[in-house]
Amino acid sequence: MDLSKKWLSDYVSLDVEDREFAEAITISGSKVESYAHEGEELKNIVVGRVESLVRHQDSDHLWICQVNVGEPELLQIITGAQNLKEGDVVPVALHNSVVYGGQKITKGKMRGEVSEGMLCSLGELGLTAHDFPYAIEDGIFVLGDDCEQTLGMDIREAIGLNDTVTEFEITSNRPDCMSVIGLAREAAATFRVPLNLHTPEVGPGEGDVNDLLKVDIEAADKCYRYNGAVVKNVRVKPSPRWMRERLRACGVRPINNIVDITNYVMLEYGQPMHAFDLRFLDGNHVIVRNAKAGESITTLDGIERELDDTMLVIADENKPVAVAGVMGGEYSGIMDDTETIVFESACFNGPSIRRTAKKLGMRTESSARFEKELNPDDVGLCLNRALELVQLFDAGDVVNGTVDVYPSPKEVVTLPFDPDWVNRFIGIDCPAEEQKAILERIGFQVEDGVITVPSFRIDIESQADISEEVARFYGYNNIPDTQLRGSAEASLTDRQKFNRLVENTLLSSGLYEMQTFSFISPKTYDKLCLPEDSELRNNIVISNPLGEDTSVMRRTAMGSMMEVLARNYNNRNAAAALYEIATVYVPHDTLEELPDENQQVVIGMYGAEADYFKLKGIVEQLLDTVGIRDYDVEPVTDHPSFHPGRTAVITVDGQELAILGEVHPNVRANYGMKARGYIALVDMELLDEKADLVRLYKQLPKYPVTTRDLAFAVPKIMPVLVLKKAVQKACGSILESIELFDVYEGEQVGAGRKSVAFNLIFRADDRTLTDEECNAAVNKAIAAAEALGAELRS
Amino acid sequence: MDTRAQLDAIRARAEEELAAVSDLKELDAIRVKYLGKKGELTAVLKTMGQLSPEERPKVGQAANEIREIITAGVEKRNELLKAELQAKKLEAEAIDVTLPGTKVEVGKKHPLSIVLDEVKEIFLGMGFEVAQGPEVEWDYYNFEALNIPADHPARDTQDTFYITEKMLLRTQTSGVQIRVMEKKQPPIRMIAPGRVFRSDAVDATHSPLFHQIEGMVIDEGVTMGDLKGTLETFAKKLYGEQTRIRLRPHHFPFTEPSCEIDVSCFKCGGCGCSMCKGEGWIEILGGGMVHPKVLRTGGIDPDKYSGFAFGIGLERIAMFRFGLDDMRHLYENDVRFLDQF
Repeated sequence: MDLSKKWLSDYVSLDVEDREFAEAITISGSKVESYAHEGEELKNIVVGRVESLVRHQDSDHLWICQVNVGEPELLQIITGAQNLKEGDVVPVALHNSVVYGGQKITKGKMRGEVSEGMLCSLGELGLTAHDFPYAIEDGIFVLGDDCEQTLGMDIREAIGLNDTVTEFEITSNRPDCMSVIGLAREAAATFRVPLNLHTPEVGPGEGDVNDLLKVDIEAADKCYRYNGAVVKNVRVKPSPRWMRERLRACGVRPINNIVDITNYVMLEYGQPMHAFDLRFLDGNHVIVRNAKAGESITTLDGIERELDDTMLVIADENKPVAVAGVMGGEYSGIMDDTETIVFESACFNGPSIRRTAKKLGMRTESSARFEKELNPDDVGLCLNRALELVQLFDAGDVVNGTVDVYPSPKEVVTLPFDPDWVNRFIGIDCPAEEQKAILERIGFQVEDGVITVPSFRIDIESQADISEEVARFYGYNNIPDTQLRGSAEASLTDRQKFNRLVENTLLSSGLYEMQTFSFISPKTYDKLCLPEDSELRNNIVISNPLGEDTSVMRRTAMGSMMEVLARNYNNRNAAAALYEIATVYVPHDTLEELPDENQQVVIGMYGAEADYFKLKGIVEQLLDTVGIRDYDVEPVTDHPSFHPGRTAVITVDGQELAILGEVHPNVRANYGMKARGYIALVDMELLDEKADLVRLYKQLPKYPVTTRDLAFAVPKIMPVLVLKKAVQKACGSILESIELFDVYEGEQVGAGRKSVAFNLIFRADDRTLTDEECNAAVNKAIAAAEALGAELRS
Repeated sequence: MDTRAQLDAIRARAEEELAAVSDLKELDAIRVKYLGKKGELTAVLKTMGQLSPEERPKVGQAANEIREIITAGVEKRNELLKAELQAKKLEAEAIDVTLPGTKVEVGKKHPLSIVLDEVKEIFLGMGFEVAQGPEVEWDYYNFEALNIPADHPARDTQDTFYITEKMLLRTQTSGVQIRVMEKKQPPIRMIAPGRVFRSDAVDATHSPLFHQIEGMVIDEGVTMGDLKGTLETFAKKLYGEQTRIRLRPHHFPFTEPSCEIDVSCFKCGGCGCSMCKGEGWIEILGGGMVHPKVLRTGGIDPDKYSGFAFGIGLERIAMFRFGLDDMRHLYENDVRFLDQF
């Protein structure tokens, strides 16, 4: 909402700086976004009179003018405009002036003749012919009778381009403040000055409106009240300058007196008005009803709109003439030959208007107000204001009376006046009289312990609402700061602590945390080469996404990681290693249940130091930190997203905990990444379930160790882990640890075979082990290895 | 030459040789030569039998003195040579200490997590629990229960991603208020950080996904003054003791009274600068007293209890904290960006 300072001053008399006004009214609840002075950019442009003009000798279009700007000497100014004559009063940009758009004007010569400035067009002042309908746009602006003609006067003052416009952000609960009067009321209360309201007075006219107009509301659930009046012998012409000026300041383009009046009343009271040509109202009968299926209307903007039976229309006996509260029909608009018009001032159901405007894709000044629910009590007042202005402008002959259909008048809202409750709730000590005074200043009545809420305050329905009114004028910032009373204990939950442990482990493994979007493109699954019937393609789908790229809720964070790796690669970063504890969304069979939101740890890397074993080391470190020691690692050769020879799955108690490996070259190609990438996906829910964070002290060993090294030749395809587990099992409890220290392939081992060497450490808690004990264990280990096809190397 | 003279000669020679010795091997040879079992001093002492009984103790004493002198000389020389040797070795081991250190690979937290951790810590210290709610949420929790019925104009400002008519991606963390109320009776102190989603195209200041931190306190006799006091404490802990806050009336359907809260600009302290666009204040959160209807919907008696709630924009805080001018960096995860925090 843009507010004209000049207009505001009709209702409140304020003597404050613009900045002070903006700050104070923001703090009392009407937020100022910005304020600006009209014509601020214009400098050194004054009113001048063309005393004489002659053709330039060397030009067939230039004129040499002698211009009087109220100084003893005339100024010589050259112009190319062809619309001037002697005696015209015009805007003169003097030497060292600035016109609209920032262009500087200085003295100069044109074809040998001195020009001491420039005569200005409307455009050079930032105006259009809508602002001064008698002026032309492609010539010099010749000031009319509605401008001051004092020579030398600043042009802004002379033509009324000197308002201050304040832009407000009005919240949806305060449609009453989307009006000059509403903001004037707030301003008056903020600065504690009187609010001077004006009651419209309509003089006697001719005839009786009931002979010309009949109104019926068929859809009373959507139209609370309808008021209509008729004006005959309409004289369409421009409205006076003061009205054009105010409309312009509020961002509305002046059109003609009738249209301007409807817009003016809307801005003044916040009540949208509509005017239409009675000629096109079949049967002189307004019927407010739901549209019928298949009906359509061409609206004022020239677009044909299909209507449906949820939309409210203003119709005559045959057809809709307007989409109620949104926009009028094209053919029934005000035209040059319009003779008799109907003014409509009505009140509609907000949600209905909102739905209709949304469906039709046309949010108008009118619908933006109606959708917030307006005050049905004021529609008559607004209609009278329009009729008063018609009479003031002599824009037509008002027919006596108005038609008022108001099926179920709105009930007055009353609340108990309970200043103690307000004080307790807000935490202040504001005396009852002061609270009463605050409420009265903004239109509430307080009498005998009862607050009567003014009908324009559709947002007030409880004691809490009253407390806000008191608090904002008492001053939010005057409320004493207090600390919470009572004690409270808080700590992170076990799961929150677990997440923190996982995060810290991953960070200390050298991974950077990333944050990626939860929604992805369904094509992600194609890029990951997952089959058509992959379960992961069953996603929570957004019905109105921004675009395909963000249209489904991810089931895996692998695509997100691939995107980030590829982006880093393509940004020429030599290496990257990242993780995210990502949420994935697993739908149930039915959308009657919310999806499961599970967490998945995704780890990804590429670069000189990245390889499968670095990735596996990080995962193993994570498992170790959370106390998962007993797990299986098996090769995965058939996962379409991963390298068939460099991928493993980690299982705990037969449940899949993680998959990790090198990204399949086809997947890399799909993401445009040339470097080899490595990704691990860890099921965070299972990780939490299987974690064992209990730590008990174990005595440091007292007895010495015995170590043995064992090397076996095994088939190349045999997983080392299988051999290791067999050896470990065979050695029994005296084996303290077993470490792989060498894997070798080469001639000495033979083709298709590899050598695998372990370092075994034996120790007992309660004695020094004998050689015999160790030998026995080693022999068992050898036997177990041989059973797997391994051969002891001496 | 008498024994006495012999001893003096030995001493003189030994001292001369000790002064000239330059490595440990030579020194050891000198030690053996004079002090060893077959050394010169021993040899002289062996001749003591030929001396008269009166002379014997005197010469013996002199011989012992000389032995001690030579021993001490050897010892001293030994230390000196060792020190020289070590000095040489250390000199040879000198490195260019200005060469860069070996890089320790430690990861870094995402800037949003850094700031969120700080916020969580502040509120945990004030007794607030950390709650959470689902991101794919029912319309009921996101809107209906928060006093935003269908067709409420407030829904316009929150362009919502819908899954079905009833299921959506939450546009605010405020729904967690209701979920917490349903599970627990007052006293309640909680924050609920999390992702929220709105249908905004990506640009420098918008993202279809961002983070909020919801906060709520419900107890008997909670006032708006408590809201102010709590948030001022929060602001001071986050931005420093000199920070002030300012409340402006606002409208949220689920709080009444409602406010937006500005903090004094932490760059200029409130005089106006480029960061606060000359205002001196930066808006960081919205809040208010929990609407009685919302309390009732959550199963809490508004006649007995009152409470306040607030919502903080995490991205906003992080962007101000790090002087970040483009939100897109936060979700692009370029390692050169992540490395800066």
